[in-house]
Amino acid sequence: MLKIENLHVKLEEEDKQILKGVNLEVEAGKVHAIMGPNGSGKSTLSYVLSGRDGYEVTEGGATLEGEDLLELEPEERAAAGLFLAFQYPVEIPGVGNMTFLRTALNAQRKARGEEEMSAADFLKLIRAKAKDLKIDADMLKRPVNVGFSGGEKKRNEILQMAMLEPKMCVLDETDSGLDVDAMKLVSDGVNALRAEGRGFLVITHYQRLLDHIKPDVVHIMADGKIVKTGGPELALEVENNGYADILAEVA
Amino acid sequence: MGLPQEKLSALEARIAGLGLPQGGWSEAARADALSRLNAAGLPGRRDEYWKYTRPDTLVQPEAPEAAVLVTDEAPMFDGVDRLKIVFVDGVFDADASDDLTLDGVRIERLAEIADRDIHWGRELYGVLETRGQDPVARPLATLNTAFTTDGVVIHVTGTPSKPISLIYRHEDDRSDVMLHHLIKVDSGAEATILENGPAAARFNKVMEIDIADGGALHHVRSQGRDHDRRDATFTFARLGKESEFRSFTMTVNGVLTRNETVIELLGDDALAHVAGVCVGDGDNFHHDDTVFITHDAVNCESRQVFKKVLRNGATGVFQGKILVKPDAQKTDGYQISQSLLLDDDSQFLAKPELEIYADDVACSHGSTSGAIDEDQLFYLRARGVPMDQATDLLTLAFLAEAMEELADETLADHMLERLEGWLSRRR
Repeated sequence: MLKIENLHVKLEEEDKQILKGVNLEVEAGKVHAIMGPNGSGKSTLSYVLSGRDGYEVTEGGATLEGEDLLELEPEERAAAGLFLAFQYPVEIPGVGNMTFLRTALNAQRKARGEEEMSAADFLKLIRAKAKDLKIDADMLKRPVNVGFSGGEKKRNEILQMAMLEPKMCVLDETDSGLDVDAMKLVSDGVNALRAEGRGFLVITHYQRLLDHIKPDVVHIMADGKIVKTGGPELALEVENNGYADILAEVA
Repeated sequence: MGLPQEKLSALEARIAGLGLPQGGWSEAARADALSRLNAAGLPGRRDEYWKYTRPDTLVQPEAPEAAVLVTDEAPMFDGVDRLKIVFVDGVFDADASDDLTLDGVRIERLAEIADRDIHWGRELYGVLETRGQDPVARPLATLNTAFTTDGVVIHVTGTPSKPISLIYRHEDDRSDVMLHHLIKVDSGAEATILENGPAAARFNKVMEIDIADGGALHHVRSQGRDHDRRDATFTFARLGKESEFRSFTMTVNGVLTRNETVIELLGDDALAHVAGVCVGDGDNFHHDDTVFITHDAVNCESRQVFKKVLRNGATGVFQGKILVKPDAQKTDGYQISQSLLLDDDSQFLAKPELEIYADDVACSHGSTSGAIDEDQLFYLRARGVPMDQATDLLTLAFLAEAMEELADETLADHMLERLEGWLSRRR
């Protein structure tokens, strides 16, 4: 599904190398987690995959179902099936949440040569999905993320994911700013989307999210590289011993 | 003290071809206007009030040529039930206009009433225009009072069932037009006035509005998008106790527009909202909103909300003032002027002013100028919305606060359609 090969990335503005040869493959139907200390390059990886400005790929590449992701505009990557759940969802005053979602959904459909969804079908669908995530009608009507609490913003990200039905979901620190109840709600939302044809890359600093979203594979990232890969037990090791032990071990 | 030679020559050249209409009640008002004009002269490039907008083409004797735009767009407000009054290059078109009778309002024309011996228009014609000359002179409005021969004269006595729609058509590349409208709203009466243009190659318009206690007037205007047209418009409004005046203007292109709005809140608990949305394209696009609101009564509310979207070197200007007189306690004044610059070549010049002499007031003002927010743009694109569509969505979002000042949803939809058309023509 998602294949990252020897990916080297530096910041465009300062000559600073952030990713130094990342190799990773997420298979359809699997959940991979990336853990790592602050500054290891986890969020950079998510931004580079989704096409944010400001990064320069100096070596290597990334493909989604064989298609070169890095050649595509951000909107083309989305239409190809990539979804990034933002660590800090952006507020957009003046654009209603529903308008935003409907515009996005139909833009993707149009890009794929599919028919646009009618207003009635869209409404029916979003009501059902919103209900599962305990998102009320008021939140749907309000401008995108404006005045939302941290938990509401993250739930809104998952709602978008549920509506857009991507093939490959990248979740960037989705647990940050969530209390226990919100974490449960968000995780349930993600778990409901787990499916045979869909891959997940869950980026997190802490193990606790992985109690709820059980990964198949866990990677440890440090200084711009994947330094260790293992099963779910690797996450527990981090929880118990911190990153220092693992990093010392691979050094 | 006479005028400087330069101003004197400019004034003489401008009025050389104009005749001062004689007879009737209006004769004295016109004579007075001419003498005020002789004292003030026309706006010049060095006048402080014209620092950001060059008045040359508004002042010169001949109107610069303005091609008539050929478009297959549906006319503005098409399908809205309204009483139509049509002026073609400033000339009243009886055939295209509706019958001017409507319950709750009496509609006449300046050309019909100006030479009568007596008419209520005498108490309004040039009166608010004269009041509006202090503390800043507005000589183009005075020129209008002196020489204009037509316009509508509307007396709102009740609540007419539909809006009164002034439709301006531009058919002559060189037309130079002045119109002067009078609107008197009786106590407890309420009406809506629509205006849409373009009116001429060059248009000088004065509207004097007198709203009695408890009266309300809604003014909704769309200035036409003929690329080379020039507009100088003046809206003078005087508000009585518990009265309401709301004015909304959308401007799409046009080479030069100067919209001056002068409002006096003279009765307690009155409300005045004036809002403008402007979108402009190209380095010869220039749009100027100049607003002066005077609070001279207790517990009045005023809002100025102006948003401009500028691209390809366009220029936007905002000069807005709130003056709060010593006895105007409990004033609630708000003023915001913002521009969205879609490229580095466009510019926005703003001069927001507050002058407050009362001590128990709440006045706020803000002015900003910025580009499309990169984070918002990326967020939309990451969800699959293409660059152009995302930019349009954010542009309309930027205009939202001003659009919300237009409470009538049908009219707002008409405006929105024009804005979307403008956005789509970028590509």
